[in-house]
Amino acid sequence: MNPVSTQRFPGIPMGLIGGGSLVLLSLIGMVEAFNQREIISDVISMGQSLLLFTAVFIAYLAANRSRGRGQGQVFGAGITAGLIMAGMLSLLVLLDQAINMRQVFINASPALFQTLIFQQEELWAGIGLLLLAGVLTGLAAGLLCLLPAQLRRVLITALCSVAIVGLLQDMITPVLSKWGPLAELNDLLFPGNGLSVSGAVGLFIVTAALTAAWSFKGQAVQTRIQAMPPKSRHGLNLAALLIGVLVLMVLPQVLGLFLSEVMTIVGLYILLGLGLNIVVGFAGLLDLGYVAFFAIGSYTMAILTSPELGFFDWNFWEALPLAIFFGVLAGVILGVPVLKMRGDYLAIATLGFGEIIRIMVLSDFLRPWLGGAQGIGKIPKADIAGFEFATPQEIYYLILAGCVLVGFISWRLRDSRLGRAWMAVREDEDVAQAMGINLVATKLLAFATGAGFSALSGAIFATKLGSVYPHSFNVMISINILCVIIVGGMGSMPGVTVGALALVGLPELLREFAEYRLLVYGAALVAMMLLKPEGLWPEATRQRELHEVEGIAGVPIAAEEPAELNR
Amino acid sequence: MLQRIRERLSPTDIVMWSIGAVLLIMIIWGSVATLVKGVYSAHHWIDFIIFGLAQGSIYALIAMGYTMVYGVLRMINFAHSEVFMSGPYTAYYFAAYFYRSGLLESHPVISMVLVFIISMTTSTVIAYFLELIAYRPLRGAPRLVPLITAIGASFFLQYVFRGLYGSGFQAYPVVKALEGHWSAGPLRILKYQALVIVAAALLMVALYQFTQRTRLGKALRSVSEDKEASALMGIDVDRMISMTFMVGGAAAGAAGVLYAIMFKQVHFFMGFIPGIKAFTAAVLGGIGNIPGAMLGGIFLGLVESVGPSLFLDGLGIVAPYQLKDAIAFSMLVLVLIFRPTGILGERLAVKKA
Repeated sequence: MNPVSTQRFPGIPMGLIGGGSLVLLSLIGMVEAFNQREIISDVISMGQSLLLFTAVFIAYLAANRSRGRGQGQVFGAGITAGLIMAGMLSLLVLLDQAINMRQVFINASPALFQTLIFQQEELWAGIGLLLLAGVLTGLAAGLLCLLPAQLRRVLITALCSVAIVGLLQDMITPVLSKWGPLAELNDLLFPGNGLSVSGAVGLFIVTAALTAAWSFKGQAVQTRIQAMPPKSRHGLNLAALLIGVLVLMVLPQVLGLFLSEVMTIVGLYILLGLGLNIVVGFAGLLDLGYVAFFAIGSYTMAILTSPELGFFDWNFWEALPLAIFFGVLAGVILGVPVLKMRGDYLAIATLGFGEIIRIMVLSDFLRPWLGGAQGIGKIPKADIAGFEFATPQEIYYLILAGCVLVGFISWRLRDSRLGRAWMAVREDEDVAQAMGINLVATKLLAFATGAGFSALSGAIFATKLGSVYPHSFNVMISINILCVIIVGGMGSMPGVTVGALALVGLPELLREFAEYRLLVYGAALVAMMLLKPEGLWPEATRQRELHEVEGIAGVPIAAEEPAELNR
Repeated sequence: MLQRIRERLSPTDIVMWSIGAVLLIMIIWGSVATLVKGVYSAHHWIDFIIFGLAQGSIYALIAMGYTMVYGVLRMINFAHSEVFMSGPYTAYYFAAYFYRSGLLESHPVISMVLVFIISMTTSTVIAYFLELIAYRPLRGAPRLVPLITAIGASFFLQYVFRGLYGSGFQAYPVVKALEGHWSAGPLRILKYQALVIVAAALLMVALYQFTQRTRLGKALRSVSEDKEASALMGIDVDRMISMTFMVGGAAAGAAGVLYAIMFKQVHFFMGFIPGIKAFTAAVLGGIGNIPGAMLGGIFLGLVESVGPSLFLDGLGIVAPYQLKDAIAFSMLVLVLIFRPTGILGERLAVKKA
């Protein structure tokens, strides 16, 4: 590839990349699946906006590359990219006319092509419209590119918030409709499936005004807070904390049954994420068999409490310490063999351990003790003095308590001597050892702590579901948790929360996503590593480290030191 | 003397070696008990061994991709299992078309060669783009970063193919010419297993000759030896890395068709288990070492097919065949612990394994 020639007409390569992505998005069925949900009633659906956002983004990238060469070039690049993308989609539509693609691509349905040509009866009219849309996309992208930065930010934020509100209808409606005046607002915003046109316009204006106000006044507010005397700033922080706690306490009552269920799942992932964060984020030991400890916690709880097997008949609180203890023990036992391994070897070995444990649990050989493929049922609920944690709204508090406990412990650990030792090991094992850190003890403590947290959440998971199956503990769970902490930001505890909300909470809310969850996870992992390896809410030191020494994002290979290649 | 031994042994070493000793005793005890009981006749053992050879040669072919990429980039290409899956899954539609049109019956050789070519091309293209998009921008990044990208790419590819072709199992058409078996005295070999073994052996020999004899192969080896020196010698390092991925992808595509012939179905998730097994094989043989990967693959295939009956039956374990994956994974862990350099000890693994 010759860099000069691609620079001269950035519209062409970007258009080809974008066209390929759009064709792929259509063929894997995302467009059609997302078409069920309207963002703005009768105007635009989620599937259409998926295509539109991608197209505008790509055209914007193309236009952005021509910036500084005059308006004509910018618009030219944008329109070229837009036309190429529309052209590739048109070719797809025409190809469908020629041969029956459905035999191979199961999602290439007539409904998809109808969507692509804007539901037009006449094929050529539809294709004309599609090409026109491509040109308009390019124009919009060029315009966006030439706007002053502040105005662009306001515009994009407002558009995105309209899209997000439209997407989260299922979450917003049940919350708003509980109170009289808000219920009216809800009816105004969401008359049916999706936002109303007037609601969308209103929302756009309100968010645009707010963003604009913040971009002019935000700096001043921040400096005012900074300038406050430490005492009142402390008070402000305390007040914010109190409000946060209050919100968390009343959340399940506000959210209702379904959303509380989602919150419990998110909470479990936060618990797991905080545990894995100690192993991967703090100590830098990539553990892909983390689900094993989750399984051990769940199964210990099940064996000790379930009357089905008939060995024990304990209650939740008696079994909990033992579940955590077995988790910690397993962490140490599995930790010893892998002490000397590093990096990818460690990842593969732990992956192997996780799979071995799952296969053993699944086997007929251990069936009398572990229940085999049928699992163990009838696990009792936890209770305190007659109050039973049975419904999701009640289990939420159990999980919240667990999260607070684990969050507090890992926060205190992070700044302790042990936490610093973990980070030293993460940065460089050999140097850490030379500094007098006991590698064996440090690593084992990391494995054990992480395993203990995982077992705790496993125990809660068992009582939440009331039964455990080996199929709940496959390697996907380990990968999901890893995604949560990486997307959130490795080593950062708020990052774990953000990651869990984004990766676990959102797909639960957007049911259409369920089928594409792992696809989005995979793409998010790759994109994250390429563009923002420090995560959404990075830990301060890690961000500095990734941006100072090793320029990953977008640095061309030629610019790197040759010595770096050999790492 | 005793003092010196005690100084050199750490408590963790003692724990490790005792675990190893216990496992070894269990394996020996189990094997002896099985053989004494005599549940399986010589016929059974021969069947197990041939099945193991066939399966092992597929692992060996996939393991090529892992080992070559590791040799060049020192990274585990986690998404290689998806490169493996993409080929036969795409070629399935052509195989099914040949079956419907009768070409598979009238010209089995031509149609199978076509299926192979399509599968290998698809896998090669996927491997090329995988390297270009997901790995090339990350040269010189911290070690964890490309590994995580690889995991992400693996899931992305799996679900892209699921979205494209659907989530069901597709039954690969049966080739009439490969049904039945040949027998020579006590030896009885299923035709398709023979084809798998022979085809895999030919491909491996071709691949080995390619890396040893051709100019391109020499350039590949030189890049995996020393990148800077190769660049100074006028070798385009980036192109060679691409080439490594593509050669590995072609091998995986061929292995995929063999896998489909043997197990007669394709699925979007079919790459995961063979991928991990092939990685195990690569580690077993000494990662970065091409003959090692061949040896490791065949060894793993044999252990997997003979192991459950030989080691576990004698210990009185019910349904030992369910634990065959556990045996493979245990082998992986044991090799990583006790001999991270693999059978054909490669010096690469010493560098920050």
